[in-house]
Amino acid sequence: MSEWESVIGLEIHAQLATRSKIFSGAATAFGAEPNTQACAVDLGMPGVLPVLNREAVTMAIRFGVAIDAEIDHHSVFARKNYFYPDLPKGYQISQYELPIVGKGRIFISPAEGERREIGITRAHLEEDAGKSIHDKFPEQSAIDLNRAGTPLLEIVSEPDMRSAKEAVAYARKIHSLVRYLEICDGNMQEGSFRCDANVSVRPKGQEELGTRAEIKNINSFRFLERAINFEIDRQINLIENREEVVQETRLYDSERDETRSMRSKEEANDYRYFPDPDLLPVAITDEDIAAIRAALPELPEQKKQRYIDQLELSDYNAELLTANRETAAFFETALVSAPGQSAQLANWILGDLTGALNKASLETSESPISPEMLAQLISRITDNTISGKMAKEVFESMWQGEGDADAIIERRGLKQITDSGAIESLIDEVIAANADQVEQFRAGKDKVLGFFVGQVMKQSQGKANPGQVNAMLREKLKT
Amino acid sequence: MANGVAEIRRGLKAGKFSSVEITQDYLARIALHNPALNCFISVTDEIALAQARQADAALARGESAALTGVPLAHKDLFCTDGVKTSCASRILDNFIAPYDATVIENFKRDGAVMLGKTNMDEFAMGSSNENSYYGCVANPWNTEYVPGGSSGGSAAAVAAGLALGASGTDTGGSIRQPAALCGITGIKPTYGRVSRYGMIAFGSSLDQGGPFARSAEDCALLLQTMSGFDPRDSTSAEQAVPDYGAALGQGIEGLKIGLPQEYFADGLDAGIGAVIENAIEELQKLGAVIVDISLPNTGLSIPTYYVVAMAECSSNLSRFDGVRFGHRCDNPTDLEDLYKRSRGEGFGAEVKRRIMIGSYALSKGYYDAYYLKAQQLRRLIKQDFQQAFDSVDLILGPTTPETAFKIGAKTDDPVSMYLQDIYTISLNLAGLPGMSLPVGFCDGLPVGMQLIGNYFNESGLLNAAHCYQQVSDWHQQIPEAFR
Repeated sequence: MSEWESVIGLEIHAQLATRSKIFSGAATAFGAEPNTQACAVDLGMPGVLPVLNREAVTMAIRFGVAIDAEIDHHSVFARKNYFYPDLPKGYQISQYELPIVGKGRIFISPAEGERREIGITRAHLEEDAGKSIHDKFPEQSAIDLNRAGTPLLEIVSEPDMRSAKEAVAYARKIHSLVRYLEICDGNMQEGSFRCDANVSVRPKGQEELGTRAEIKNINSFRFLERAINFEIDRQINLIENREEVVQETRLYDSERDETRSMRSKEEANDYRYFPDPDLLPVAITDEDIAAIRAALPELPEQKKQRYIDQLELSDYNAELLTANRETAAFFETALVSAPGQSAQLANWILGDLTGALNKASLETSESPISPEMLAQLISRITDNTISGKMAKEVFESMWQGEGDADAIIERRGLKQITDSGAIESLIDEVIAANADQVEQFRAGKDKVLGFFVGQVMKQSQGKANPGQVNAMLREKLKT
Repeated sequence: MANGVAEIRRGLKAGKFSSVEITQDYLARIALHNPALNCFISVTDEIALAQARQADAALARGESAALTGVPLAHKDLFCTDGVKTSCASRILDNFIAPYDATVIENFKRDGAVMLGKTNMDEFAMGSSNENSYYGCVANPWNTEYVPGGSSGGSAAAVAAGLALGASGTDTGGSIRQPAALCGITGIKPTYGRVSRYGMIAFGSSLDQGGPFARSAEDCALLLQTMSGFDPRDSTSAEQAVPDYGAALGQGIEGLKIGLPQEYFADGLDAGIGAVIENAIEELQKLGAVIVDISLPNTGLSIPTYYVVAMAECSSNLSRFDGVRFGHRCDNPTDLEDLYKRSRGEGFGAEVKRRIMIGSYALSKGYYDAYYLKAQQLRRLIKQDFQQAFDSVDLILGPTTPETAFKIGAKTDDPVSMYLQDIYTISLNLAGLPGMSLPVGFCDGLPVGMQLIGNYFNESGLLNAAHCYQQVSDWHQQIPEAFR
């Protein structure tokens, strides 16, 4: 059996977060009653004309600038012609020859310490179609045109990824970026962020690409990984059984965890692209681009570098903290309340907090523990009010909504005993009560120290500072 | 009866007659003559009278806008809120738009009265008005002859005195050619001057609305109302509209008029040539300087036009699919059947021909050879005009190579039909303004002369035409049966 290499490229459709549609004034909000957010333009009524929403152009350029892409001064909308009931005009206004965003790139870290550049071929603006609903009325299909005309940015990557894992890392990176840029809400359930994967396999070392299949209908990162892996295995099996991989579009079925054929190359439409005569070419000046560049927020890559350089975080933690805007914002807000505690904060956010959020299926923004609350907790560890062990308990209580750290520490009497007089009297009691063990220690049995620490902690109901107890015990037992 | 927009406005303002009275007059004339001419698809009596009453009330209050109380007709491809807009197609026979085209809105704003919606070639595709689901329109000068197209109903209605003026659209000559064949005045403005919003598209990069009327003076009035930037049409020009009326009567002393040799070459009917020569002499008497020029790429305009227009229409007409509005076939068995039968039953033969040719021209593997090539030729054609306008103020020639032809004479020969537009089509490709005005008769049928101006020089065209009409009365001729 020869070794195979898979080659993957992604087409990502990011729904732009404009208030109105790309070519009409209708609203874009999700979840409205069917066909209540579609005006005459969205319905493709006779005689109506599209008018470009300049905000969508600005958002596309934001993306272009962020991926270091070429942005032409001249961009053209084209019609992609095909018939479908949820495509009211019989054509989709898209871009073909002169997309708004040209060649760019992005860096991914598929594993700790790894860094790979993924090329982005282009990103273009287009309008979304409506939705066909086949399961609502018996024998009839329904059409909801609320989504028709919603602006999309289609981001096309180079076939630069070599595994499902890399593809997911890339998709996550784009997802994170569009949210950093505030151009897309990234909601995959609502279809605001959709991925199609082009997958092919070839023998390792071969230059020429294998025949590819395009997989559609993937609506989560988990499914993206599964669908690609399924497809890679399917193609390898075909080739190894001396069967042919055909160029086709395949649908991913998450329930069966498989891809299946939707249409072959022969059945593919000839879209008869041509420049849309209803829309003027989009003119973009250097000043436009400069203004958009100047208004960019700190991007994940820059943020990560700053965390490493200025906050002395590890490459790995910096990568994780900046992987999405909300986590980074949580971290930075907490850092304001707990200055200098970046390492502790990073550990708590990436450890306990992320764990708890994942377990409860909550977003960072929905965390019951606010950044300020976490900062307070960490400050109490640093100033020796509580031990790290107790902090876990306090964290759990905060999560349960019992108030902030100080309140919980106070209420439960968790305040650590750091008064050396108090600790000394406890130690004296323990030493007096365990003469045998004192003998053993003095005879050189160092291990017994642990026993004494345990006893003192027990006497203090866990509140004595363990470090302090340790040091004081050594002193006392020596004499 | 009075037959000019300007004259009617004066009479209305002076209280010589009311808008209701003249509107009733026109409605009566329509009732009498439309059966023979078939120039209206819909007659909107009630709306017309209601608008006329409103106009009279406004006039009584001393509030009059530019066209208050003036009865007009509109080509049935301008969407009209609550009134059927059919594009003379079966596929839109049941279509009632829930909005007004900008042009219609503008007419309402300026107080005009709508008498009805006029017949046309289906989706504006044709040069004879024979391609209408509602039947051919007859030419008022001889009802066995075509009125021209595609705005044949509007032209015939004005020529027969069934409306004071009418709107039309011009994609390759659809205002100028029927104006010429019906002996009236019509102007196609610069592309972008009149909003296309609500004007059902044929060839989006070529389509332009404009008015028909008896005289240049009336056309100036109507064009004033129709023109202007419209934020709902991205291709409309963000440029101030001059006062067209004020431009009239400035004289044409010293005006340089170019005669393209290609417009007087083989293919031009000798009778028409002679009539045009006479008109040129009149213009010279008025002080115009005649210069011979060349538009070398004129011959390329028809093939270029038909690739561009058909490509665009093949896509523009995709929305007529039987799903959301318009004709839907009975009992479709599946989606494909729904599309095929709805469109198959809904569209006429010429429309189908153009959709098929256009789809072919845009297909993979043919796009470069047809559509892209046509766009390159379009630039050459535009350059011809740009060079010509370096040395002349206006360009002049016949509007059509022949006068009106008999109904049915060219129906089996689409190429001969397409050649009707040889002198008009290149303006649409270049986006230039042009107008046709009547300059005489040939065998009892009107002859039109075309004037072509540089971009946004509608004023220059209207002024020259007006000067000519001050010393001629061809534009005041009315066919005997309709006097």
